Amino acid sequence: MLRFKSRTGRSGADEAVRPTTAIVFMMATVGLCGAQTILIRNATVLTVTKGTVENGSVLIENGKVAAVGTNVSAPADATVVDATGKYLMPGIIDCHSHTAVEGSVNEGTVSDSSMVNIKDVINPYDINIYRALAGGLTVSNVLHGSANAIGGQTIVIKLRWGKTAPEMLFEGAKPGIKFALGENPKRQGYPQNFFSQGPAAEPRYPGTRMGVEEVIRASFTEAKNYQAEWKEYNERVARGEKPIPPRKDLRLEPLVEVMEGQRYVHAHCYRSDEILMLLRVADEMGFKIRTLQHVLEGYKVAKEIADHGAGASTFSDWWAYKIEAYDATPYNAAMMTRKGVVVSVNSDSDELQRHLNLEAAKVMRYGGLSETEALAMVTINPAKQLGIDDKVGSIEVGKSADLVLYDKHPLSNYSKALKVWIDGHEYFDRDKDLETRPKFEQQKKELLQKENAEKPKPAKEGRRL
Amino acid sequence: MNRTHLCTWIGGLLLLPCIIAAAESNSVLIQNVTIHPVTAADIQNGAVLVVDGKIAEIGTKLEAKSGARVIDGHGLQLYPGLINAATNVGLAEIEALRDTVDLDEVGLFNPELRAEIAFNPSSEHIDVTRASGITTVISLPGSGGRGGFGGGGGSVITGQGALMHLEGWTWEEMTVKPSAVMDMLFPEIQTVPRQFAAMMGTPPRTYAEEEKQYKERLRQVSDFFEQARRYAKAKSAGGPDFRSDVRLEAMIPVIEGKLPLLVRAEKEKMIKEAVEFADKEKVKIIIADPREIGSAGPLLKARNIPVVLGKTFQLPMRDDDPYDAPYTLPNDFYNAGVKICFGTFDVEFARNVPFEAAQAVAFGLPHDEALKALTINSAEILGAADKLGSIEKGKVADLILTDGDPMEAKTNIKQMFIAGREVNLESRHTREYERWMER
Repeated sequence: MLRFKSRTGRSGADEAVRPTTAIVFMMATVGLCGAQTILIRNATVLTVTKGTVENGSVLIENGKVAAVGTNVSAPADATVVDATGKYLMPGIIDCHSHTAVEGSVNEGTVSDSSMVNIKDVINPYDINIYRALAGGLTVSNVLHGSANAIGGQTIVIKLRWGKTAPEMLFEGAKPGIKFALGENPKRQGYPQNFFSQGPAAEPRYPGTRMGVEEVIRASFTEAKNYQAEWKEYNERVARGEKPIPPRKDLRLEPLVEVMEGQRYVHAHCYRSDEILMLLRVADEMGFKIRTLQHVLEGYKVAKEIADHGAGASTFSDWWAYKIEAYDATPYNAAMMTRKGVVVSVNSDSDELQRHLNLEAAKVMRYGGLSETEALAMVTINPAKQLGIDDKVGSIEVGKSADLVLYDKHPLSNYSKALKVWIDGHEYFDRDKDLETRPKFEQQKKELLQKENAEKPKPAKEGRRL
Repeated sequence: MNRTHLCTWIGGLLLLPCIIAAAESNSVLIQNVTIHPVTAADIQNGAVLVVDGKIAEIGTKLEAKSGARVIDGHGLQLYPGLINAATNVGLAEIEALRDTVDLDEVGLFNPELRAEIAFNPSSEHIDVTRASGITTVISLPGSGGRGGFGGGGGSVITGQGALMHLEGWTWEEMTVKPSAVMDMLFPEIQTVPRQFAAMMGTPPRTYAEEEKQYKERLRQVSDFFEQARRYAKAKSAGGPDFRSDVRLEAMIPVIEGKLPLLVRAEKEKMIKEAVEFADKEKVKIIIADPREIGSAGPLLKARNIPVVLGKTFQLPMRDDDPYDAPYTLPNDFYNAGVKICFGTFDVEFARNVPFEAAQAVAFGLPHDEALKALTINSAEILGAADKLGSIEKGKVADLILTDGDPMEAKTNIKQMFIAGREVNLESRHTREYERWMER
C-alpha cells in the first residue's frame, strides 16, 4: 500500500455560485460538495499506469489521491463510498474540445488569428459541461476552430461545473495555439455559400495547401524578426542604453512563445502530405508541434511523427465525411501506437465527449490494443500530450483526485458513469441527478406558468423568430 | 475467401452452368458454437446446417451431408446477421461531395423513386458496415434534411427505401426487398433562428408565416393522398380515358395499406400528428427517428405502430432535458409497449448501430430486447420476418460468428455468411492497415 503524507485537511464549503438561470443554477448545485477526505472502497481500480487493483480502495485527501491499495485505512471522519462491484478510473481527458465556447469558434476573417484567445470566451454555464461530466470527462483542451492556418490561443479547463470561467482553468497547464491544415483553412480561398443561397463571400488567401504552408512560414518568419528586435532591444537596455522599444505585436507574441517553448501547437490535419509539411516547417523554424489533431492519415507518416516527438489526437472511427477523410481507418490509433507515437482519442464534439471511454474501447477491435492501452487513449496519453501528466491522467498517489466511478468496466458498452470527482470534489452523482429531476420538473412548470401569466399579447404579425 | 478467389469461383460458375446447381446445393455445417437464435433460447454446443443459402437444420449433433463444408466454431458465438433499419448506405459516398451523394431528389412528392437502383454495389461503405456484423440495411433515398439549414431537399415523400443485403455483385443481387418502406418527412413548423436565416441568405420569417407554410404543406399532403386514391379508383375501374402515371402508381401500395410510410417525426407533437394523419388517410406508418416520446406511447401501442429509433448517442433536445434523455428513449418506447428497432439514418456510422443499442441497455433497455431490436424486430417492422432476423429453420442463412457479444466494441466479428455464402470481412480500412503496417 502506498501512503501519501497528508497535510491538515481543509474541508471548507465551496463559494456560493450565482448562475444566470434558475435551471442551470439547480443543475449546477447538484454536485457541489466541499473538499473532503473520501475513501472509495472495494472497487476495481483501473490506475492505467500501475495496473489494476482488484477490491481496491482509494483515499482522497486535500483534493489529491493520498493512497491506493487493498488495505487503505482512513481517518474516522472520512466519507466512505462503497464501490463494491464497481470500477474506478481516472477522469477522462479530451484533447480536442469546443465545449463552453461562447459564440463563434472561428475568427475567420484572417488567415493568422493568433491574437485571439479562447480563454476570453469560456462560458461556464454551457450545459454541455455538465453532460460531459456525466460521461466521465474531467479535463478538456478547448480549441479555436479550423478556419485559419494559424488560429487562436487555446487553454485547458477542468470541468468544475458551477464555478466561474477563471475557476475552470487548469492551473499550471501550458496554453496552446490552434493551427489548421488542408480543406478547412483553404476553403476560405474559394468560398461557396454553404447553404447554396445568397451571394458568395470574397475569397480569402489561402486557397491551396501550398498557401497554407506559406501562411505559417511567413508568420513565423515575421515572428523571428520580431523576436530578434526585442532581443536586440533587451540587450541594449542591459548595456545601459535607452533605445525606443519595438512596437508590441499581439499577433506575433504567441508565435514567439511557441518558438520559445512556452506555448504548445495543436494542429488540425488530415492528409499525410500536409502532416509532413508542417513537421518540416516546424523543424526549419525551430519549434515543435505538440499534437497533431484528427491526423487521420497519421498512420502513413507515423515514423516521422514519432521522430518529431509530436503526439497524435485522433477520432476513434470517423471517416468519409469529406475527401481528405476518405483514407481514414479506425486502425489509425493502433498503428500510430505501434510505431511509437503517443496517441489519444478525442471528441471534437459536445456529444462524443460524453462517452470517450466507449470510443477508446474501439481500439481493441481495430488493431488489437490491450485494455490498458485503450484506457490510456483517454487518460494518461492526452495528459502527456497536454503536459499535465504529472497532475492527472492516472490514479497515483500525489495526483489530483480526478476520478470516475462506473457501474461496469468502462470499456464495456453497457457501462455508465455513476460519480465523478475533480480535485476530490464530487461534481456528478447519478443518484442525486435522478433525485433532483422531479424538483426541476416542478420548477420548470412554475416558470412556464409564470411566463404565460405575464406574457404580453402577441402583435398582429406574430413573433419574429 | 478473398475477392480474387471469389471472383475465380463465381467466374467458374458462369462458365460452367452445369456445375452451378451442384455448387449451390453445397451445404455448410457450422458446429461447436453457441447459437443465439434470438427467437428461441440459446443453444450450447450447437450446430447449424445451411443448404442452398437457407438454414436447413439447427441442433446439437448434426450430420454433415456429403460434400458439405464443415466449419468448427471453436466455441464462438453464432448470431443472426444484424440489421440496420435506417441508413443511406450505397446512395452516398462522401457527405461533403455532392457529386457522390444521391439523396434528396428535387420535388415535394417523389414516391416513384427507388433507392435500390442507385445502390452502388462498389461503395466502400458496404464492406466497412458489414465488418461490424451487419448483413442487411435499409437504404433510404432521403437524408432527413428539411431543406435549407442542415441540407436536404425539403421533400415530403423522398421515395422508396430498399432492404439490401451487404453482399453481391450488382444491386439486383443485393436486393432483399425492393420497396420496404416509403420515406416521408412529416411537415413541421420550422423555427429557424434569425442568425441561421441570415446564413441561409433568406429573410427571417415570423411564426405566423411559418405556420401558414406548414398548414399549406399539410393541405398539399392531403391533396396528394386524395389524388392517389382517385387514381387507384380510376385504375381499377379501367375506364377508357385512364392514363397511367408513374408518381401516383407508386402510391397505390401506400394507400392500400400494403407499403408502410416511414414517417420521420422527431417531436411528440409530430408523432401525434403523424398518427392522426395515418388514421385519417388509413395508411400504415412506422415512426422514424423520434427524439422524444412524450405522451405518444399509448397512441402508438393501441395502433401497433412500430418505431425505427435513430441514434442513441445524441445530445438531449433541450438544455433542461435530463442528460441521459436520448439514452433512455429506447427503453421509454419499449416500456410503452411499442415495437422498436434501431437505425442510424446515415452512412459512415451505419456500422455503429450495435453500439447505439448497447447504450440503451446501459440505461435500462433489457439486453435481449436490444438484440431483438437489431434483428427480429427490424425484420418484422420491415416486413421481412419470413426471411431475416433470427436463426430459424427455413430462413435465409445470414449469420455472424463472433468471439463475444456483437454489441460490445471489444468483440471481433470472425466470420460472416450472407445467404449462406461466406463473406469477406476485409474493407478499405483493413487494407490500409495491412498495407501501411508494412512501411
